[in-house]
Amino acid sequence: MAVIEIKNVAKRFGEYQALQDINLTIEDQEFMVLLGASGCGKSTLLRIICGLETATEGEVWIGGKRVDHLPPKDRGISMVFQNYAVFPHLTVFENIAFGLRMKKLPDDEVTRRVERTAGLMHIDQLLQRYSGELSGGQRQRVAVARALAMEPDVILMDEPLSNLDALLRMEMRAELKGVLAESNTTAIYVTHDQVEAMSMADRISVMHKGEIVQAASPIEVYRNPAAEFVAGFIGNPPMNFLPAAPAGSGQWHVAGQVIEGPQVDRALRFAVRPEDVRPAETGLTAVARIVEPLGAHLLVTCDIEGEMFRAVLDSDLAIRSGDKLILAPQPDRVRWFDPETTKAVA
Amino acid sequence: MNARVLPYVLIAPVTLFLCVFFLYPFFLVAQQAFTTGNGFTMDNFREVVSYWKFPISLRNTFLLALAVVPVQLALSLLMATMVNNMKRGRDLVLYVWTIPLGISDLAAGIIWLAIFEQSGFLNSMLYGLGVVDQPASFLSYQNMTVVFIAIMLAEIWRATAIMLVIIVAGIGLIPKEYYEAAEVFGASPWKRFVKITLPLLRPSLQTALILRVVLAFEVFAVVAALGGSIFPVLMEQIYENQFNLQNGGTAAALALIVLAISISFTLVILRALRVPKGATI
Ligand SMILES: Nc1ncnc2c1ncn2[C@@H]1O[C@H](COP(=O)(O)OP(=O)(O)OP(=O)(O)O)[C@@H](O)[C@H]1O
Ligand SMILES: [Mg+2]
Repeated sequence: MAVIEIKNVAKRFGEYQALQDINLTIEDQEFMVLLGASGCGKSTLLRIICGLETATEGEVWIGGKRVDHLPPKDRGISMVFQNYAVFPHLTVFENIAFGLRMKKLPDDEVTRRVERTAGLMHIDQLLQRYSGELSGGQRQRVAVARALAMEPDVILMDEPLSNLDALLRMEMRAELKGVLAESNTTAIYVTHDQVEAMSMADRISVMHKGEIVQAASPIEVYRNPAAEFVAGFIGNPPMNFLPAAPAGSGQWHVAGQVIEGPQVDRALRFAVRPEDVRPAETGLTAVARIVEPLGAHLLVTCDIEGEMFRAVLDSDLAIRSGDKLILAPQPDRVRWFDPETTKAVA
Repeated sequence: MNARVLPYVLIAPVTLFLCVFFLYPFFLVAQQAFTTGNGFTMDNFREVVSYWKFPISLRNTFLLALAVVPVQLALSLLMATMVNNMKRGRDLVLYVWTIPLGISDLAAGIIWLAIFEQSGFLNSMLYGLGVVDQPASFLSYQNMTVVFIAIMLAEIWRATAIMLVIIVAGIGLIPKEYYEAAEVFGASPWKRFVKITLPLLRPSLQTALILRVVLAFEVFAVVAALGGSIFPVLMEQIYENQFNLQNGGTAAALALIVLAISISFTLVILRALRVPKGATI
């Protein structure tokens, strides 16, 4: 049983506020993905959880026990480092066996676990090599195997697949997910890659500038982003925004069109995903600027009253740059944000 | 210029320098060692080896090296680890510790002589504290152990810093991430030292040990100052042959013996601390 609770954690490096107000509970055996732009504090949060860094404020609990003052080895975790940290003076075998040897496991158990995890990561042919003789992606898999071999309660992975080619990454992703589900491990997984986040996560925590903006299931994060940042960060292409002016009693003026929305009396921003609009008789009036055929779809970047607006349309449509389009948003997919707080408005 | 010729032209000055100032004198010494008046001979070697002081000085030199170098190795590793974990004042401490390096070995010997001799600091202190009734003569035939310890102390004080400097530089080059990984995977501070620091420090340890061991076989001035003729060492025998006995041939033969010892130890150290093939450190 390893629930991870992070309570009011903040971290300052001198003047610089790297993390603030982090409150997050990761359930036992949950697969939590931390998603966020470079420099938003993902690695710092992982390092605080595993004990390589101490939080300036707040508490970390693992399995119902406060661990802030425990050294990393007593927290029941293992970690895949962003920079791998594969020991250069040890063979792949000894690298994977490192933690097991520290635990003084019997030799046959060490061999069994090393071979099993190396097999999972497809590096069983490389066991006698040194890290200097491996490619970046192979080294990364050694780092993952080393963490898996510990069979920990909690595994922290900092972009563990970032260096693999698309095909291998997809395979490893599935493999990793399977192994972790089987072994009842609680996992925190850092990535930049939203496809990876979507496909692997039980829940995604989106981080922005040292804060967690939203922690929810992938579909929830995608459909109901809690803030403009999430809406703009997740989805490719990201969500479209247009200014909206109140027209009274839940009606809103958006690009000359009246659309039903929330009952508040200040300016809001209207938002809709590019794939949630369709050409129709009535709707938002747009002028196509760039038309990019993507095979299955047509990505049209248009102009609506001076704002950029992207639409993913059927590839059969014959649209050319300069064409005038009427785009109707799917009503149940429209979202509203408060431009002051950038938070979603129900 | 032709790209194939250029490298040779560039290394020519260095090569010339090495030939004139190292290889040529070396050949002269070798020639001196292997000849007397009439052609090639091993007579010089036979003569120095059969001299009664040779086994004693050989033994003394080895004993001293054996007593000093391991202590210095341990000390410099300890000091380097300490310096490396210091947040502030690191440079200051390092400077202070390396001061003895700037003192010539003869001066170092004299400093320690001033401590240990009959009218020296140690005697004054012991006498002043009432530990002894009258100043003792520590550095005499009767007290060979004390002589040995005095020389050991002087050598450790004088020449630990040279290993320290190399090891501090080496430890500084080990990326922090390896220690973090080791820590997460359950290695205690001692295990981290043994499993990460020592193996990754092998190249620096090689350099430091070779330098120090070679210097240990050349020990002379400190011994001369503290032990005089009661503690003969190899270098002292060379000096004796060259200047007191005026015999360049035997001095050269002894010098070659010291060279051979140094080379063998260098090879042993290189082999013992070699980096496994394929490992990049
Ligand atoms: N030891 C440190 N001292 C000072 N600032 C630091 C330190 N470690 C991290 N930072 C800063 O904290 C911020 C967050 O860093 P962190 O490594 O957690 O980012 P990240 O989200 O993991 O980014 P990436 O995706 O690029 O790995 C960065 O702006 C970084 O410059
Ligand atoms: Mg990072």
